[in-house]
Amino acid sequence: MGLRSYVITRILLTIPTLLLLLSMVFLVMRVLPGDPVALHFEKKASQSQMDEMRHILGLDKPLWGQYADYILGLVDVNYFLAHGYPNLGKSMQTYEEVGGQVFSAFPATLELAIYSMIIACMIGILLGVVASKSYNSVLDHAIRGFGTVTYAIPVFFLGIVFQLIFGVYLHWLPTGLRINPNITPPTTITGLYTIDSLLEGNFTKFLESLKALVLPSLTLGLILSGIFIRLTRTNMLETLRLDFVTAAKARGLRETTVTYGYALRNAFLPILTMMGLQFALLLGGAILTETTFSWPGLGRYIVTRINFRDYTAIQGAVVMFGVFVALVSLVVDILYAYFDPRIRL
Amino acid sequence: MSSSKTKRSMLARLIPGLGSLAKRGPSGWMVITGLVIVLALVVMTALGPWLTPYDPIKHHGPIRAAPSLQYPMGTNHLGQDMLSRTLTGGSIMLQVSALSVLICFLIGVPLGLFSSYVGGMLDSTVSLVIDAVYAFPGLVIAIAIAAMLGTGVINMALSIAVVYIPSYFRIIRSQVLSIKEFAYVEAAKASGAKWHTILSRYIFPNVIPSIVVVATVNFADAVLTAAGLTFIGLGVTKDVPDWGWDLTDGRNYLSTGAWWIITFPGLMIILLALGFTLVGEGLSELLNPKLQR
Amino acid sequence: MPLLEVDSLAVDYRTGRGIIHAVDDVSFSLEKGEKLGLAGESGSGKSTLGLSIIGLIPYPGVIGNGQIRIDGKNIAQQPESKMRSIRGRRVAYVFQDPMISLNPVKRIGAHFVELIQTHEPGTSKKQAFERAKRVLVSLGIQPERINDYPHQFSGGMRQRIMIGLAIALNPDLVIADEPTTALDVIVQAKILDLLESLRQTYNMALILISHDLSIILERCDNIIVMYAGHMVEYANSRELYAQPRHPYTRKLLQSIPNIELSDQKLTAIPGSPPNMLDPPKGCRFWPRCSYAMEICPVKKPPLIDIGQGHLVRCFLYGEEGVKSE
Repeated sequence: MGLRSYVITRILLTIPTLLLLLSMVFLVMRVLPGDPVALHFEKKASQSQMDEMRHILGLDKPLWGQYADYILGLVDVNYFLAHGYPNLGKSMQTYEEVGGQVFSAFPATLELAIYSMIIACMIGILLGVVASKSYNSVLDHAIRGFGTVTYAIPVFFLGIVFQLIFGVYLHWLPTGLRINPNITPPTTITGLYTIDSLLEGNFTKFLESLKALVLPSLTLGLILSGIFIRLTRTNMLETLRLDFVTAAKARGLRETTVTYGYALRNAFLPILTMMGLQFALLLGGAILTETTFSWPGLGRYIVTRINFRDYTAIQGAVVMFGVFVALVSLVVDILYAYFDPRIRL
Repeated sequence: MSSSKTKRSMLARLIPGLGSLAKRGPSGWMVITGLVIVLALVVMTALGPWLTPYDPIKHHGPIRAAPSLQYPMGTNHLGQDMLSRTLTGGSIMLQVSALSVLICFLIGVPLGLFSSYVGGMLDSTVSLVIDAVYAFPGLVIAIAIAAMLGTGVINMALSIAVVYIPSYFRIIRSQVLSIKEFAYVEAAKASGAKWHTILSRYIFPNVIPSIVVVATVNFADAVLTAAGLTFIGLGVTKDVPDWGWDLTDGRNYLSTGAWWIITFPGLMIILLALGFTLVGEGLSELLNPKLQR
Repeated sequence: MPLLEVDSLAVDYRTGRGIIHAVDDVSFSLEKGEKLGLAGESGSGKSTLGLSIIGLIPYPGVIGNGQIRIDGKNIAQQPESKMRSIRGRRVAYVFQDPMISLNPVKRIGAHFVELIQTHEPGTSKKQAFERAKRVLVSLGIQPERINDYPHQFSGGMRQRIMIGLAIALNPDLVIADEPTTALDVIVQAKILDLLESLRQTYNMALILISHDLSIILERCDNIIVMYAGHMVEYANSRELYAQPRHPYTRKLLQSIPNIELSDQKLTAIPGSPPNMLDPPKGCRFWPRCSYAMEICPVKKPPLIDIGQGHLVRCFLYGEEGVKSE
């Protein structure tokens, strides 16, 4: 089959997976604890207050009714078109639309995730290739050691250390906001400040938003790079031994051509898959990173909602995370098929 | 007495065991190093209450004092001695990770064995659910569950366990699916062995190495996740000394330059996670034939 | 001057468990256009010998001793940059398994263009493409398939493409390492015929490496028989077939099934190939040799010239011991 039919099939397969995912979230957030409303009020409210909240949030309906509301709300296209965000219920704390809050917080997380992934891949792949080319040398062991240690560091610890060194001691980079508070953010097109400022043509805003991104994405990216270092190294070691690499060398091709055009390009596919898988890990780390740097993304949103015991909001955010991960894995699968023509057949 | 004799014989077998590990090259050394680190930290934590110069909970000294002879690791904003807190702070983390590994093991292993052995619709359904959980960001699941269940060692362990059960399941399943086809399993079935016998005597022993590797990674991740949960505020109560708590708390006083509050607990967490990771990496390299030239 | 001279070459693999002397004291020369066969079992060192000529001995192998001279110049320990200009252009290599010798994510045309542009920079992509198409035609492959991926071809066709890549720049020497072992019998003959016709067109020298002595006898001018890293016999192929001298060569010839003999007993060589980490001392074949004498486990037999360029490494033919037959 060609690329197109593969893409269509893959998209269709995503639907039942998403449904399963959404159901599981519902299970955890509604069935597990029993009564989220009671938990929210911590027994400090009257029965009538709790009933009122239950009614407003639709939590007095039977479980099947709630489930129906939940799923139907998510696929409610009219709602989406009217509001610009999906129906994720109302917040327990303010009765505001959770969808709106989630959608406004999400781009910050997305931007952080993208830059962190870029940094992790750049560091990881480069060091992995270098390590594989100098197999068993001191450099190889040093790189592997680096990769192992970075994974063991709690991401928020590294974040705090960075804040300490760069923010407090050296007074270098701004901490806590997406862009210098004196500058108005760029007009929202994608929600990613860096892209939007470029689209606006405003280079200053671009630099300022980049500056704000440096520390958090460096923190997250560095921690994540360990996995990529190891994966690249292992895959390169295997690929470099394959016949077509030796055959390429036997034709007198340049070293860089063989390393990158033959070895890495073939070893790259598992790395691509790993990138997709790691997005899940990345989002977890993003939550901690955002909390550390007070980055106004979905992670920080969830944490503050936890403090307020705002369970409906938490549910909405968790759904957002899940859907995003499913979409990323879809994109990765499609890219995989694009890079490896054998998959399509 | 028989107990000291068995202890001695265990030790006697352990040392050559370690020796043979060392012979296996750098991977063997990784395992040994990791084990030493983990053991040292466990012992330190266990003996902690007797080693501490001060009671880690009482507010002894001056507030936020820099490291000195009297307080080698300084004090935090409550005047608690950091050295004492560092020595004893691992207990929550060790308990949570050990408990979560246990839960994962008790649920994930039988589930994996049974589901993949039986196959068919059951296996497909279970795998589908497990894959969906697996794809989800781990910390998000842990946060969601912990938020609903509340704080406490057991709840933390449960939240973390849910995240890692899929890993056990998947590894076991891929192994069982291939072992299932082997001739000796067929032979056992032909001679009338019951399914639970086949699973426990033929299949399970072969799966053990992979389980051990997953368990060590599980431990490392559990430590980091526990720290993460504490950082968000879903950890344990203040009174028990905990590295994660000190990290979280100490962060607020960074601007005053009190670097020692976060540094030592942080280093301990890194060491513990590193120890488990080394064991896991080393073991998986030893057991993975692909990289052996 | 001969095209290629190999002089007392020794290649060792320095493994963690010990040193493997994969090639030990091998010398020969090759003229322009000559067809040389390298026969032996797996582990005899023939592939290592082939790879050492282009300097691609896999890790942890090194050249321990000796020289490899092309047009008189020693290339044995040359830096990579020098070797790269030789590989593909003056000496080409065809590998055994065509299924894994081509880059799976690169189109066939791209393989050729890359090769041509690396060695002849300044060639435009269009020109390179044209040349590639012409090579495909000479291989018997439709030129329209130039944009296909390797997995879209059968094993036999992929091997043709490998051969095409090898001869594309008219090298002086083609080394073919078990080029047909991974293919079925009918395709084997076609591939070898193709190789021969291309070789004749450009008058290239050929080193054919194979464990199948019958192929080598049929298609080579001269033959080297290798055993456990040693060169045990060297002769013109007709002479080798008619008068095999070394006991190992004799056994090899005896074990070739002859379709015309209805009651032929297939004889296998008793014993098994030696452990290369600890090979037999002296003559490495002595444990399996029916003519073994007292001196055989003690001293390594020298190469003895028994006339007309026929060389044997065996005490049966001189130095010590009785000359038989």
